[in-house]
Amino acid sequence: MREIALNILDIAENSVKAKATLVEITVTAENNVLTVTITDNGVGMSKDFLERVTDPFTTTRTTRKVGMGIPLFKDAAEMTGGSFGIESEPGRGTRVTAKFVLDSIDRAPLGDIADTAVTLLAPGIDFVWVYTVDKRSFTFDTREIKAELGDIPIDSPEIISFLRNLLKENIESINGGITI
Amino acid sequence: MKSIADIKAIRDKMQARIVNRDNSDAELETRIVVGMATCGIAAGARPVFNEFVDLVAAKGMHNVKVTRTGCLGMCKLEPIVEIFVPGEEKVTYVKVDPDKAKEIFTRHIVGGQVVSEYLIGEQ
Ligand SMILES: Nc1ncnc2c1ncn2[C@@H]1O[C@H](COP(=O)(O)OP(=O)(O)OP(=O)(O)O)[C@@H](O)[C@H]1O
Ligand SMILES: [Mg+2]
Repeated sequence: MREIALNILDIAENSVKAKATLVEITVTAENNVLTVTITDNGVGMSKDFLERVTDPFTTTRTTRKVGMGIPLFKDAAEMTGGSFGIESEPGRGTRVTAKFVLDSIDRAPLGDIADTAVTLLAPGIDFVWVYTVDKRSFTFDTREIKAELGDIPIDSPEIISFLRNLLKENIESINGGITI
Repeated sequence: MKSIADIKAIRDKMQARIVNRDNSDAELETRIVVGMATCGIAAGARPVFNEFVDLVAAKGMHNVKVTRTGCLGMCKLEPIVEIFVPGEEKVTYVKVDPDKAKEIFTRHIVGGQVVSEYLIGEQ
């Protein structure tokens, strides 16, 4: 993947498939480490499945025999000298954690979090994005947005466009001129 | 800077429009569905999704939705976009990029004509 944000989208897509109703994504840049966590309350995985999940041939897909989302994210993190881990419990949910060494030349750019976050907006599922750079933090919580929207669906194109701009402005301000 | 407080204004604007609209409109919704599994994302589905969203939003079309879906099973042909127009058969476009998305929007979503060059089998 050309951007870490695209890996995040891909991992969040797993949470959607796992029937999660709440997905929390944290992106934290601090002390030369970029930490990404994706936590969901979906169906989870058994211990046995979890042990094999970083193998590309582990998938519950029916459309093809390989699952690339997790192996790609793991490689992207480990290539920088960082680390990767998954915790999961059947019936409770899953947490994926990836740590990237920020100044590694093998690190992909973080990429566009705003463009990424809005593709996931949907009525039946909530997302919380917490974006932190050197202790400056911005939280985007679709539960708050939905409360404001009332009966207007959060995935109306006009709302998606607006929220993308809201996210872009806030992330830029947190970044304070640097590109991660 | 935009904040959640601005949403109220947009909501009121959109609600005014919904009140004026017939209930049967919900069934007359056109759907633009973008495949977003690993293969679609790697091939460039995200900018295609956002392009469609901006085009629909700019035209203020309240009866068109842009949504994502998982793997459509034809990784080599991603990004794949399916168009569901009520009362018509599903149309599948393959290897879509933002420029093709603009064309599909203008000719198909607005103009009602299938863009045959971008159909499966034509690529
Ligand atoms: N958050 C999750 N909750 C429950 N199961 C998960 C979760 N993430 C992954 N899995 C399981 O692990 C498998 C492998 O995931 P991975 O993302 O690597 O591939 P995939 O989703 O199957 O296919 P691809 O990502 O290539 O579209 C999935 O098919 C699914 O069964
Ligand atoms: Mg996946």
